[in-house]
Amino acid sequence: MISTPDYIHDIRADFPILQTKIHNKPLVYFDNAATTQKPKIVIDRIRDYYENENANIHRGVHHLSQVATQDYENARSRIQKYIGAAKSEEIIFTKGTTDGINLVASSFGALLKEGDEILISAMEHHSNIVPWQLLADSKKLQLKVIPIHKDGTLIMDAFDQLLSEKTKLVSITHISNTLGTINPIESIISKSHAVGAKVLIDGAQSIQHGDIDVSSLNCDFFVFSGHKIFGPTGIGVLYGKEKLLEEMPPYQGGGDMIKNVSFEKTTFNELPFKFEAGTPNIIGGIALGTAIEYIESIDRKSAFDYEKTLLEYAEKELLKIEDVQVFGNSSEKTSLVSFNVGSIHPFDLGTLLDKQGIAVRTGHHCTQPLMDFYNIPGTIRASFSIYNTVEEVDLFLDALRRAITVLS
Amino acid sequence: MSTFKEKQASIIADFEVFDDWMDKYELIIELGKEIEGIIPAKRNDRQLIEGCQSRVWLDSSFSDSVMNFSADSDAIITKGIIALLIKVFNGEKPETIIKEELFFIKEIGLQEHLSPTRANGLLGMVKRMKMDALKHV
Repeated sequence: MISTPDYIHDIRADFPILQTKIHNKPLVYFDNAATTQKPKIVIDRIRDYYENENANIHRGVHHLSQVATQDYENARSRIQKYIGAAKSEEIIFTKGTTDGINLVASSFGALLKEGDEILISAMEHHSNIVPWQLLADSKKLQLKVIPIHKDGTLIMDAFDQLLSEKTKLVSITHISNTLGTINPIESIISKSHAVGAKVLIDGAQSIQHGDIDVSSLNCDFFVFSGHKIFGPTGIGVLYGKEKLLEEMPPYQGGGDMIKNVSFEKTTFNELPFKFEAGTPNIIGGIALGTAIEYIESIDRKSAFDYEKTLLEYAEKELLKIEDVQVFGNSSEKTSLVSFNVGSIHPFDLGTLLDKQGIAVRTGHHCTQPLMDFYNIPGTIRASFSIYNTVEEVDLFLDALRRAITVLS
Repeated sequence: MSTFKEKQASIIADFEVFDDWMDKYELIIELGKEIEGIIPAKRNDRQLIEGCQSRVWLDSSFSDSVMNFSADSDAIITKGIIALLIKVFNGEKPETIIKEELFFIKEIGLQEHLSPTRANGLLGMVKRMKMDALKHV
């Protein structure tokens, strides 16, 4: 029998929304792979900014503008250090993971030529499929897909065969949002570099579950969303190696990204501003910095280890329920469990769990090709974070048993 | 033969006895199991309304001045709500289906199932029922 450690209760107390009741039942929030909740320090920072600091950045000589600019750039530096980037110029603020991938598809894509190949995997989120399909269509590139085993792990032999001198980019998720599989990105990165291919890591899921060090990973791009690491929505980060970002043309045109504009010739600003056209999501960047400050303030090694314990407990108990089938059985897995129960439709189970206060995700999780691979309409996905408790897992299991009884 | 309004009032009365959400859904699930639906062999792409979460198949016919519908879904809760909608819409004149207010869904607290964000195919089904009725006005 495991119990929730005190430090998890302490972390939990920092998140006001977790006290909410849904349909008169205590909220059990197990949809953390979709978005994480926000600690009070982040919520307070947003309010404080609008009450005391609001101004546009990078252009004002007045006091408020300088304060806001300083805070925004401090957030960039904090993020740079947190993910182990060499320079703050390598940290581009985006709208989120999807925006980061689209930026790379557009600007790195501009450097590619007909016949070049891009490799993705069969477990990618739609946001790491569709931008490449659009690019491949417009530039006559080949998009190739690394297949997976039934247990939800990559077929690495197939990767080795697909990888060639023609491969210019390997764009792959660090952790599957549907299966929880942690991919062997270190090996993928070194093998890709050996043939001269660049590597983009989709870190949407990994950013909240462990420390990331882009320098030791040696990836060329790393993208993530702020809202999946206790920050606000609408802000994200693209890390790119400086040399590569220098070579790439700008993504969008507008203010902030230029040095000089004339009708004859416009010159572009330096990194990172070259890729940040227009007034950015200022408070998004600042509050993401605060979210990173929060995660740095807790004992995250213990918290990440605890997440694994919670996953193991949930999976063990879940499998005691008749007809439960878990999708994603990699030995390297992060804290989410995707499953179905017999022939019960995931939408039905999700609806009845919701009525009992349990927030899970049901459906295809924006990975339709993966659902086709397993020949299912969708799954129920319970995804955990550092503030979830053992008691919540028990409530979830009780609610699930009741839902199954009603639906059988 | 009860009117469009009366049929809806009767459904509201059926649901009023339940305080607990799970009990309401047990009734919906029962209704979903009871209706005939459209057997998989008779389903086709023309009938299909693709939802993000569940799929719906809808067939409609017009005879003796009234509309009749049959429908199905791969999710039983969706099918239960379909059963309620069919109970209300079947045997009604096209004009009634287009013009009269559909209020019971909201009254029994199921409006979330007809919201665009729910993506279970039901909103699309109601729209198509009305479009099909419009062809016979």
